Amino acid sequence: MIAETRSKPAGRSPLQTAAPAKPLPGVEPGSVTLTVNGQAKTIQIAPWTTLLDALREYMNLTGTKKGCDHGQCGACTVLVDGKRINACLTLAVMHDDHAITTIEGLASPDGGLHPVQQAFIDHDAFQCGYCTPGQICSAVGMLHEGHAKNKADVREGMSGNICRCGAYPHIVDAVLEVINKAEKQP
Amino acid sequence: MSNKFIGQSIKRVEDKRFITGKGRYTDDIVLPGMLHAHFVRSPYAHARVVSIDMTEAKAMPGVIAIYTGDDVADINGVPCGWQVNFRNGETMREPKHPMLIPTGSTAKHAGDAVAIVIAETKAIATDAAESVMVEWDELPAVANPAEALKPGAPKVHEQFPDNTAFDWSLGNPIEEVDAAMAAAAHVTTLEFVNQRVVPNAMEPRAYIGAYDEMADKYTLYTSTQNPHLIRLLMCAFVLGIPEHKVRVVGPDVGGGFGSKIYHYTEEALVTWASKQIGQPVKWTSDRSEAFLLDAHGRDHVTKAEMGFDADGNVMGLRIKTVANMGAYLSTFAPAVPTYLHGTLLQGLYVTPKINIDMTCVFTHTVAVDAYRGAGRPEATYLLERLMDLAALEMGMDPAELRFKNFIPKFDGVNEPGYQTQVALQYDSGDYAPVLERGLEMLGYNDFRAAQQEAAKTNKLLGVGFSTYVEACGIAPSAVVGALGARAGLYESAQVRVQPTGKVSVFTGSHSHGQGHETTFVQVVADKLGIPMEDVELVHGDSDTVAFGMGTYGSRSLAVGGSAIMKSIDKVLEKGAKIAAHKLECAEGDLTYDEGKWTVKGTDKSIGFGDVALTAYVPHVYPAGLEPGLDFSSFYDPANFTYPFGCHIAVVEVDKETGKTTLKRMIAVDDVGNVINPMIVDGQIHGGLAQGIGQAMFEGTIYDENAQLTNGTYMDYCMPRADDLPLFETDRRTTPCPHNPLGVKGAGEAGAIGSTPAVVNAVIDALWSGGHQVKDILMPMTPERVWRAMNN
Repeated sequence: MIAETRSKPAGRSPLQTAAPAKPLPGVEPGSVTLTVNGQAKTIQIAPWTTLLDALREYMNLTGTKKGCDHGQCGACTVLVDGKRINACLTLAVMHDDHAITTIEGLASPDGGLHPVQQAFIDHDAFQCGYCTPGQICSAVGMLHEGHAKNKADVREGMSGNICRCGAYPHIVDAVLEVINKAEKQP
Repeated sequence: MSNKFIGQSIKRVEDKRFITGKGRYTDDIVLPGMLHAHFVRSPYAHARVVSIDMTEAKAMPGVIAIYTGDDVADINGVPCGWQVNFRNGETMREPKHPMLIPTGSTAKHAGDAVAIVIAETKAIATDAAESVMVEWDELPAVANPAEALKPGAPKVHEQFPDNTAFDWSLGNPIEEVDAAMAAAAHVTTLEFVNQRVVPNAMEPRAYIGAYDEMADKYTLYTSTQNPHLIRLLMCAFVLGIPEHKVRVVGPDVGGGFGSKIYHYTEEALVTWASKQIGQPVKWTSDRSEAFLLDAHGRDHVTKAEMGFDADGNVMGLRIKTVANMGAYLSTFAPAVPTYLHGTLLQGLYVTPKINIDMTCVFTHTVAVDAYRGAGRPEATYLLERLMDLAALEMGMDPAELRFKNFIPKFDGVNEPGYQTQVALQYDSGDYAPVLERGLEMLGYNDFRAAQQEAAKTNKLLGVGFSTYVEACGIAPSAVVGALGARAGLYESAQVRVQPTGKVSVFTGSHSHGQGHETTFVQVVADKLGIPMEDVELVHGDSDTVAFGMGTYGSRSLAVGGSAIMKSIDKVLEKGAKIAAHKLECAEGDLTYDEGKWTVKGTDKSIGFGDVALTAYVPHVYPAGLEPGLDFSSFYDPANFTYPFGCHIAVVEVDKETGKTTLKRMIAVDDVGNVINPMIVDGQIHGGLAQGIGQAMFEGTIYDENAQLTNGTYMDYCMPRADDLPLFETDRRTTPCPHNPLGVKGAGEAGAIGSTPAVVNAVIDALWSGGHQVKDILMPMTPERVWRAMNN
């Protein structure tokens, strides 16, 4: 049996990618159009594909990270119609009529950083960078929610995103700065 | 030479790719034709593989190959990189971790693998692995190291019936220590557990093996802290393939904290399988596998006694510890409870007599190895818990007790280093100022008044102290060789000046959050007097960087940075020869500053870029001098470096619920010279978060079958943004006397000092409320604190 299956590679083009149309035998992929960072793209995925896997494996948007795949670490946080959600806990097919924003889409097209991205640099709000896309998207979502006014609010509002490098003090400083600047504007 | 960048909080040059989602971690990499692996793992902590039936799995469309232990019988198990023999001379017992557990053999911890399934997609591999039918014969298992030593305990390895990997002692003869303790006016005794914790880097381990048949060359992409070390271990000891035919790349790595130092079986298996199949093979750990299989940290069971004379001077220290090694000895594991723990057990106190007795045991758990701090947190926890408890028992002030016992100041230049009773010679130290500054930041006198007031309410207040010394910048190769290391612990660096005067620096250190791409560049730009933009740091690829021992033990700047300094010296030395020739003067007449050589007392000068160009276009050139401006160096440190500091925790304990709130966390650290204060602050913060995490939140829970019962983020409590106070930090600076930058290392200090400070603070709060408890198990959950007050 193993000899049969292992004979397969020889006949394959070495440039053929491993991502097949059929994720699992017997499962017919469906066509889904997702609008991510302002661009609509149609992909063929199994119905149970999470939004996280759709982004990473079918749309080449690997900025969104998989930390636990159980909605417990926040590394996969993205914005759906401006609201922050864990992309690992939602199916891609549920979002064909939503505007999805990932870390790759936060900066303006001319390369100008989102204020939260700039604040993360200014305050050294991360170290290894792995949880950072989720932290930044979570912070942007929290700003949209409009409830966080002070340090205690920010600490609670950001508590869904684990940072094992322990950059929390600087993350809180960065987000607070964006809140304070926004309040000063008319 | 002027310093424009050293000492400045320069924003990190690597930041932009991370905040825009362009960081490139191993799991982000997709190679043409790449296949996916999933492992069939033992659901039991101890079980014999009776049979493996792959019929159904192999027949599934999309399955490419399934390999079991029989297929990889020729691959050696993963070896250990450090040998610590029994004190009677018997050789360390070193069972090698097999790649896959073959039929008839036993899995020795939950998650031990029996088969690797390789398929076209991750989903197919996962489903096929589920369809591999393994018949198991479950056997009794033991997770607790003290239990493993008891007669009749389940045996981890049949050939080692006492479950002992090795034992070890250090210090003064036990008779002398017994005599010192017998003569002591007061002996503080503490029996405690330093619990097992899970490193939990946010990026799960990920590996891609890719074999290029035409070049007969393997490439391994791996989430590692030390690509060259992995190449050496995998080539020379596991796969038996020539090292020059293997390229190991550690791209962006999402945190390590020790857990990504070690060579894991999955790395070798995907590399090997990629040649068998002729296509790249990727494996990415899921979070459950990370909890089960990444090497864990700590896990000591200790009885410690500290004797004092009537004035509170330390007379002796007697320690008996059982350390859990897990089922197999991981890469650095034997060094952790011994040379990174026992040698630090004098702390920063004059202690006439010390004896340390370690027994290191096998259990049916995944390996324990270095986790942020690696042995030094355990040593500091032991000493600092004893100091605060002794102060309470003797009715002395814990700060005064420390001042009384501190080793007097020594700078390692005018005064010699300090020789401890436990083998080390500290390089430089000045301990009282860090505690003085900590007390000042705390407002100590006001605190005690507030504590007395709080004792009348339902919210008790407590303060806990911890003054630590640790050993970083590992390590002098000859010293660690004598202690059992099977490798040197130097670092390499190449400084390649390009013809245009731009500089590429190749370092064997690996950056996975430490900010090397900024800090190292600050050093090079300053020493060469050129802009930071003109310097690029290259790391993490064994094909571009000549060699490297990697990043751990707070060694990167102290050892890797020193290697860079050596190469810079060589560049400047050769550059001066070229400059002297061009300026028609003697080398001795030149000074180098601001990126140019100048003839002393004149305005005649030549810039760094012109000298670089001349080196590569040597038309007018010193006779006999080779063209080019490109130097490699290896730096082997003369000694460890010894950072120290003072951490102070203030807690509030709710008498009715036992809930502890950490109100303040003060850290005054002396890590030697600082290149980038912002980055050092971040490193200290991260260490504090992990140290506080151990005290208050984290810890594995194994059931009676040695199953990890809290292997998710819902069950294993990680510190989050709302759990930690905003840290109050300050620094003192005692330069390292034996490396060119005077740096000591800052990556682990926070995790070393903070844990005992937090526990001491809770004990202090309880004593203020009349509960004279000696210990509370970590993590100090509300239930444990409540029980401590109500038993």
